Amino acid sequence: MSEEVDQSKRRFLVGMTAATGAVGAAAIAVPFVKSMLPSARAQAAGASVEYDISKLQPGELITVKWRKKPVWILKRTDQNLADLASLEAKLTDSTSDGSKQPDYAKNEHRSRAENKNLLVMVGICTHLGCSPKHFPDLAPAGFEEGWVGGFYCPCHGSTFDLAGRVYKGAPAPSNLEIPKFKFLNETTILVGDDSEGTA
Amino acid sequence: MNMMMALLGWVDDRFPLTKLWKEHLSEYYAPKNFNFWYYFGSLALLVLVIQIVSGIFLTIHYKPDASLDASGIPEAFKSVEYIMRDVEWGWFIRYMHSTGASAFFIVVYLHMFRGLIYGSYRKPRELIWIFGVFIYLALMAEGFFGYLLPWGQMSYWGAQVIVNLFAAVPFGIGEPLSEWIRGDFVISDATLNRFFAFHVIAVPLVLIMLIAAHIMALHEVGSGNPDGIEIKKNKGPDGIPLDGIPFHPYYTVKDILGVVVFLIGFFAVVFFAPTMFGYFIEVPNFEPANPLKTPDHIAPVWYYTPFYAMLRAVPPMFGSQFPGVIVMGAAIVVLFFLPWIDRSPVKSIRYKDLRTKLALAGFVVSFIWLGYLGVVSASPVKTMIAQCATLVYFGYFLYMPYYSRTEITSSMFRAPLVALYSIVTLGIIWYWWAGEVSAEITAVISLFTLAYTTYFLILPAYVVPAVVKPVPERVTK
Repeated sequence: MSEEVDQSKRRFLVGMTAATGAVGAAAIAVPFVKSMLPSARAQAAGASVEYDISKLQPGELITVKWRKKPVWILKRTDQNLADLASLEAKLTDSTSDGSKQPDYAKNEHRSRAENKNLLVMVGICTHLGCSPKHFPDLAPAGFEEGWVGGFYCPCHGSTFDLAGRVYKGAPAPSNLEIPKFKFLNETTILVGDDSEGTA
Repeated sequence: MNMMMALLGWVDDRFPLTKLWKEHLSEYYAPKNFNFWYYFGSLALLVLVIQIVSGIFLTIHYKPDASLDASGIPEAFKSVEYIMRDVEWGWFIRYMHSTGASAFFIVVYLHMFRGLIYGSYRKPRELIWIFGVFIYLALMAEGFFGYLLPWGQMSYWGAQVIVNLFAAVPFGIGEPLSEWIRGDFVISDATLNRFFAFHVIAVPLVLIMLIAAHIMALHEVGSGNPDGIEIKKNKGPDGIPLDGIPFHPYYTVKDILGVVVFLIGFFAVVFFAPTMFGYFIEVPNFEPANPLKTPDHIAPVWYYTPFYAMLRAVPPMFGSQFPGVIVMGAAIVVLFFLPWIDRSPVKSIRYKDLRTKLALAGFVVSFIWLGYLGVVSASPVKTMIAQCATLVYFGYFLYMPYYSRTEITSSMFRAPLVALYSIVTLGIIWYWWAGEVSAEITAVISLFTLAYTTYFLILPAYVVPAVVKPVPERVTK
């Protein structure tokens, strides 16, 4: 047997040991990293919310909580809807191609055809997640010119029309999100669910 | 006495107690010419101790729980009010902790400024500087996680905005990343619990390890000084630097003076202005978190506002806020490169010329301006000023290879990064003219920016060397 140390063998073994250790460390990191993802309970907390719209006055906005987020229900006036058509040139995404909404709300008024006046929308700015404020008549400071009602985000100054479409020049990249919703009957809506059939 | 010596001997045979004492205090030779600016390292250590001690006592009463009680008040918010009203001396401990957070940043900003003026980051102290920048990052994370814990309106919406910055990362990474950070689809109880864990154990551990590395690296190479001279180059026959004095008792005693003055100011705030008029604790944070309503005006705490102003100054590009996030991150990352972009043959500002002093002044003024702009709400003019200040901030670093040199070489004019930065500057000026700000204001800001760029980019080639005074052999008073 030779007295000499086989250096290449030693390097190989050290390398293999280190590699095995690294794989082990990576493997043990997986459960820790994954434990930080939304838990099963957080994922399940998405129950839909029912709301009775019969007492909603024209121009009135109420906020309901759905999936811990504010959802606005706004009964727009006919004048509001007429104004929407005139805004196209001032908007970033007037046809909502780059925005989130169910197909039945991908139109100018961003609502269901059976009740165009009723707007159901997630009240979270698409920029950095603040909740914009409803400015139905008075314009927010600095936006007086041609203001026909809309929303203004106090955090970074994004403005939206009464269909949640973002105005040009605002930091928000896309229109406000429209959640899934449906009419259970003439006066009740269900936010968070639009499946056909029973319900 | 003999008993004590015997005990010390017993310990020293088993643990290097006396050796450590000598190495780091009684026989650690620091330059004799430390001035006012050298107080802030030891003060930062003092504030760390204040934060750890007051923090431990706060966790005794605090509950990281976002669930609502019968009257609709979140438990976390309620436990903070409980500390303030019902716990004996609770108000004192909590205000020490909240004032300590701001004090930490004041002290650390001054400590970093010392590094900038006296070139403390230069060879062989590059690693001390790099550990220091990591400490600064860890401190920002610590402050951010801690700010969520009272679960007030500003806690909630501040965290909402900052976590959503991560959601701006493109290629489908952003959304899952932000959910991973929150542990939920919105800021919720899951987020509060994990931020509590990060704030009280994970980040403090990292901080303490980084601070140990920072000090070990410092004591390995020795302290710098306002002259930027290596005192180890002039040693006496006993091997002790001629301009060095033992840290203990000389600087321990000096630092005690700093501690006394600091504590007078610190407790003046704790007792008489604990919210510091809304800057240390923001007013909306006295209202419990409401996920349905954003406060009318939200701004981060003052120590983040310079970076927040940069974030807002960058307009969205390609339908994404990500470029702003990159600029904000780059403002901190660029600090890591400082030891290598400073090409001056001298360390201290005492021996540098006017260009370096102006660049540094521009950096400080732009940082303070950005800090102010991050507090107030945005307008087109303010956004333009913020863009200009951001250019000056980065200019301090990116033009440094030019203005810090003594001689001009042709390779300097081929540096791609600097060329790119000049082009970006011109592009931004062009962009200003297409904006809605009045022509007068646009002209003034454009002229200033052009003059700044020209001064630091082109003038170095034609003016005096960057070193105006010879560096003496030995330290001066």
